[in-house]
Amino acid sequence: MTFLQLLLVFIALSVSAGVLGWRRANDPVFLQGRRPRSRAVYHGSYMALWCALPMLIVALGWLSVEPWFIRPAVLQVLGSVAGQPVEHAAFQYLEIRNIAAGILSDANASEVIRLAVERYRSLSQSASVVFSGLFLLAGILGFYRGYQKIAVDFPARERVEKFVRFFLLASSMVAILATLGIVLALVVEALRFFKHVPLLDFLLGLQWSPQVAIRADQVGSSGAFGAIPLFAGTLLIALIAMLVAVPIGLFSAIYLAEYARPSVRTIAKPMLEILAGIPTVVYGFFAALTVAPLIVRASATVGLQASSESALAAGLVMGVMIIPFISSLSDDVINSVPTSLRFGSLAMGATRSETIKKVILPAALPGIMGAILLAVSRAIGETMIVVMAAGLASNLTANPLESVTTVTAQIVTILVGDQEFDSPKTLAAFALGLTLFCVTLVLNFIALKIVRHYEERYD
Amino acid sequence: MMTSNEKQVRKRNRAEVRFRSYGVLSLLAAGSVLLFLIYTIVSSGYSAFFRATVLLDVQLNAEHMDVTPPYTQDVLMQGRYTSVVKQALYAQFPEVTDRKHRRALAKMLSPGAELVVRDYLIDHPDRIGSTVSLEVPLSSDFDQLYKDHLPRSGEHIRFTATQLQWYDRLRQEARIHYRFNTQFLFGGDSRYPELAGIGGAVVGSLYALLVCFLLAFPLGIAAATYLEEFARESRLTRIIEANINNLAAVPSVIFGLLGLAIFLNVFGLPRSTPLVGGMVLSLMTLPTIIIATRASIRAVSPGIRQAALGMGASPIQVVFHHVLPVAMPGTLTGTIIGLAQALGETAPLLMIGMVAFIADIPATPLDASAALPVQIFLWAESAERGFVEKTSAAIMVIMAFLILMNLLAVIIRSKTQSKVE
Repeated sequence: MTFLQLLLVFIALSVSAGVLGWRRANDPVFLQGRRPRSRAVYHGSYMALWCALPMLIVALGWLSVEPWFIRPAVLQVLGSVAGQPVEHAAFQYLEIRNIAAGILSDANASEVIRLAVERYRSLSQSASVVFSGLFLLAGILGFYRGYQKIAVDFPARERVEKFVRFFLLASSMVAILATLGIVLALVVEALRFFKHVPLLDFLLGLQWSPQVAIRADQVGSSGAFGAIPLFAGTLLIALIAMLVAVPIGLFSAIYLAEYARPSVRTIAKPMLEILAGIPTVVYGFFAALTVAPLIVRASATVGLQASSESALAAGLVMGVMIIPFISSLSDDVINSVPTSLRFGSLAMGATRSETIKKVILPAALPGIMGAILLAVSRAIGETMIVVMAAGLASNLTANPLESVTTVTAQIVTILVGDQEFDSPKTLAAFALGLTLFCVTLVLNFIALKIVRHYEERYD
Repeated sequence: MMTSNEKQVRKRNRAEVRFRSYGVLSLLAAGSVLLFLIYTIVSSGYSAFFRATVLLDVQLNAEHMDVTPPYTQDVLMQGRYTSVVKQALYAQFPEVTDRKHRRALAKMLSPGAELVVRDYLIDHPDRIGSTVSLEVPLSSDFDQLYKDHLPRSGEHIRFTATQLQWYDRLRQEARIHYRFNTQFLFGGDSRYPELAGIGGAVVGSLYALLVCFLLAFPLGIAAATYLEEFARESRLTRIIEANINNLAAVPSVIFGLLGLAIFLNVFGLPRSTPLVGGMVLSLMTLPTIIIATRASIRAVSPGIRQAALGMGASPIQVVFHHVLPVAMPGTLTGTIIGLAQALGETAPLLMIGMVAFIADIPATPLDASAALPVQIFLWAESAERGFVEKTSAAIMVIMAFLILMNLLAVIIRSKTQSKVE
């Protein structure tokens, strides 16, 4: 059965179970004139749950088990014909699946692949029959079981509420699952990468050219995976961004918190919110189409040569993107400095700017530092601006007019389009991802610690 | 003579003014960059909503079009319409006879011209055999020329002098029109800029947002409810909270890696589909929804809770019958803002393969599809001149969606505020 049919069956069975349970708990004949312990709606929900949950469990179980049956069998076809273990198994399996699904045409496929596609088709067909049977069986059994449970003194509400509580707990675990998934995916693939490339070569190497030979006999491209140029490029662009964002964001926040009239604030705040809401791909387009040519022209007038994909263009636009981030965080921090400090300083005869510089900013400094650290982690993790406006070739330089590449840009370039999952080139993206994840995690952790510590100080 | 004291006061006042002007300048700088950005996008993008067409008298000769009765939709879909369109153009220039010039003449038309004839015939199969006047799109280069985006002369000129003469003659004869380009808003992607549309990308994005909403909204409310109403102070609770805060700060590209490694490679979900895109986006939206819901649950007056408990409601009934309905406006506002952020996310969608060139409009969330921000990226990377205005126009469309969503959030917020007051 197709996915849609199964979904319809699922909905129909669950809803009819619910209605049936509800009607049975309302049926005077069945109740023999007594009042049921729980209201009918809970009996209905109870039955619907008994019907839906077994089917969901079967479906989820099947989804996680199925690949482990079909994949080895299909790859075995390849292996038995070739007489040797399959190379690039993941890649070939993907191709087979795509052909079977009709995404790829089989016109160019070899005889072996066609056999494997046949095998895949027949296997997944019988698998689908078995699955549909199990799915229906689970639903019907659950239906029957729930129907039997309904009785006058059955505590349906308590049971349903127990499940709801469990569901609430499980939902909050999704956050943990997601983090686990991220860590697991990154670590597993990165470990496979470090089998090809030693960790120190990756962290300290000065050469980055991830093009690896697809065939073993190809010459000339061994691939170099030294990530230092990427780290340097990332830091350069982040530095330029912070040079733009920190002063502008901070002064905006100070002005809005300490000086601005309400009328100014009603214009300036939404303006900053719009800046914050613009998708990064738009900033990337702006950087590549407008800012980069401006920089090329401007530097030509002063006799400098700028690359059309300069770090400066990406950094400047990224800085604009981060301004609202810094200003809104600093605004909160400045506003939470106690008014008594402010009044004390003003009463001593200090001007407002002196109060800000000598009293408020020192008091707010830890919070502002936290905001800046969060902004740095934003800048390091930002992807689309650098993909579109910074270069792709690695270049170890401190000159902002030259083209550099970054960690995120490389991750995207490596993984966009078709990849094979065994080559160090693809795996390198996960090693870069792991590095990025760790760095941003540490930055966020420190920043949150500082901010929280600061919040406690004035509570 | 000023005393040293007065001097000092003046100096301090000047410092005050200077300091204050830094703030004004910062805000002005941010504002002017925003205005400049909007100006760039709108000025280069508005023309993409229009396109130049040429009015041709097409002879709908059944033989030339390779169609035989009965003229059902299937038969007409199979027909060949290139030659009748070309003949109609040649008829405008009877003096052009040699093959080389005729080929140059035909190049002035978009490959989409024949589709105009096809679509016309599907709507009016009875007109076969007659001659009708149809407006067919010009090729991208002449479309750009009409819009003054390409120079008539210069180094990298993209037309021959004769082509320009023909073009001018068509304009003098008032055969070239400037029409609203519905194909841009509702059509699928194309290799040809004058035919490319964002319909497929919009539908793909809507499907992805739908999946994202269906997953993140119930999960987010449930998680927030658990943490606010039922969780006891424990290590598990602290771990959950730390994880939610952490998820909110993880770079989006990492979520793409998660989707690629887990959803695509481990679970084998179909690549390039809004389903997987929505699943990845839901993980990114979840923290936003949870944080907003928790805040609005906390703001529900304890009186409501106590009154319900006093009437004999169970804790679950208190939450679902009383607390959550009161907290719903805040939850909805947070959800809409979260979805607006998800709509603009690009990097994770690139990772799960939503960058493929797909001309069809997806019918279900399980079909391979583009998404609006990815379409912007693809067009921005495209070398053709005609795609620049398309990119800007697509940005205008996505910004319109974002503004609408934020307006909705503002309206919900202000409505409930007035109710509470």
